Amino acid sequence: MADLSVHVGALALRNPVMPASGCFAVEYAEALDLRQLGALVVKSVSPKSRAGNPTPRVAETHGGMLNSIGIPSHGLDHYRCRVLPAYTGFGTPVVVSISADTVGEFAEAAAAMSLPEVAAIEANISCPNLEADGMAFAMTAESTRRVIGAIRRSTRHPVWAKLTPNAGSVADVARAAEGAGADALVMGNTVLGMAIDIRSRKPRLGNVMGGLSGPAIKPIALRMVHQCYRAVRIPVIGCGGISTADDAVEFMLAGARAVQVGTASFVDPGAMQKVIDGLHRYCAETGVDRIADLVGQVDIDPLLPERWLRFANA
Amino acid sequence: MNSDAVPACFQRNADRVASHRSEVLAHRAVNERYRYLRLRGDAALVAATRPGQFYQLRCPISADAQPFLLRPMSVYGTGPEPGEIEFLYSVTGLGTQALAALPVGGALDIVGPLGNTFRLDAGDRRILVVARGVGLATMAPLLRQAAAAGVAVTAVMSARTPADLMRDEFLRGIEADVFAVHDSDCSSGVEAVEALLRRLLSGQRHDAVYTCGSHRLLMLLQRVLADYPDIRAEVAMEQRMACGMGVCLSCVRRFDVAGRKQFLRVCREGPVFDIRSVTGEVEFG
Repeated sequence: MADLSVHVGALALRNPVMPASGCFAVEYAEALDLRQLGALVVKSVSPKSRAGNPTPRVAETHGGMLNSIGIPSHGLDHYRCRVLPAYTGFGTPVVVSISADTVGEFAEAAAAMSLPEVAAIEANISCPNLEADGMAFAMTAESTRRVIGAIRRSTRHPVWAKLTPNAGSVADVARAAEGAGADALVMGNTVLGMAIDIRSRKPRLGNVMGGLSGPAIKPIALRMVHQCYRAVRIPVIGCGGISTADDAVEFMLAGARAVQVGTASFVDPGAMQKVIDGLHRYCAETGVDRIADLVGQVDIDPLLPERWLRFANA
Repeated sequence: MNSDAVPACFQRNADRVASHRSEVLAHRAVNERYRYLRLRGDAALVAATRPGQFYQLRCPISADAQPFLLRPMSVYGTGPEPGEIEFLYSVTGLGTQALAALPVGGALDIVGPLGNTFRLDAGDRRILVVARGVGLATMAPLLRQAAAAGVAVTAVMSARTPADLMRDEFLRGIEADVFAVHDSDCSSGVEAVEALLRRLLSGQRHDAVYTCGSHRLLMLLQRVLADYPDIRAEVAMEQRMACGMGVCLSCVRRFDVAGRKQFLRVCREGPVFDIRSVTGEVEFG
């Protein structure tokens, strides 16, 4: 069997497969052995209590789904005492996702979640559902630098910055996160979208707009993972439409050190184990000894454009 | 996986949930609006599935329809073979349209068992079930369980017309005192049904009342049952879902539990809830 272990900064993972935040909760223990996953990424917690968004919170689309859950939260204390303990007994690193409305609240949440049982903090600076018109810190390099800087100063835990595919210049945002002290990037969150029921003329989501996820966004996420990989030295974790081991390999070749599986689990709650099993098969079939050797190994010929021009103009 | 290894820190509804490849054994129209589907799964689904639980169906993809999310569907029946499971559904949208085209011998992936169950107590002597539309499919396994336990059944069945009633499909050979009401002769109106329910509940001791399929009947029962505080009361509810396992938080509704308003997940804390905990704005969204 191939060695599936990878390192995300100082954090060692038994394999590169972990859930995407918001698409995972301990209830999946009915369908998965949580001791087999690379990490457990828990739903975002915010310092302020939130009821979440109006229903309907989910709508099907072609090859994916829109959601506008709105990150329901009962605050940091409730999370630490009532939510987190359910995840810490599996011998699998626990990553806590934090969400907040302001830089100060992000720093507060990071400090409060810097617990011994927490392996890393994922800063969800990219949720499109919370701010007006999908604005989020990760939309610009400057706000990314401010918020990641504040988080960095408030914790010694590894900080993962979860970026958004809605940003125009993701390489700039990635470099800003790295410069402000992020230990890794997660690329990325959902794509801001919308759907209308043409019979009732109502939006299909209670929140009108929401985040598109699933296979429909995979090429966008893959492209942005590759852009991030080229832009920074810190590890990039791929996320967006990954459903199978083949998808996971594709993201690793594009530059992902690890991958997050989200919406695929809604269609098959055993999806993550199937991705892990499929990675073993891929390695066996293609003679890969260490899966970490795949990272960034997409075979791009840098001289091809020049050769093409010579050929085309000859 | 050994379930003992998992800390009991959440409401566990099943020992094991998985996506089961199943074969279509039978698939036919029951009447103009409803279809019957019988599957044989790749595991012992009968033993694992309890009354009130549901599965999520991966509806087939065709050139005309590509449903992405799974469709939650109540279990209509199980057995006799260990892997056999039945559904009764109406074609209402993209997913069920695609499902309706599934041929006998075809394959269907189903995820489950999911959700909690109706509660039938050891001392129960007689129950009242109030069903409308596809709600009868959800409660059919409860009727079977009651009959097996020697519990008598009073059934109020509501439908648009006598042709829509599906009395035989509901009872499946079980003895019950059936009271049918219809929109077509105005006997299904709230006032008439309220009088009927009060007459039934005062006439005979019922240990529990169950309902599914109509918000109007649910709210009526909640009002009537205020006068019968000793009778247990349960409703199976629906809500737009994605994961079906309590993970995505899509399918929440607001309930009043012990005086505290809270959002509960229809797929995890439900689909069966105490009728008295339902808040009026359940039709929101």
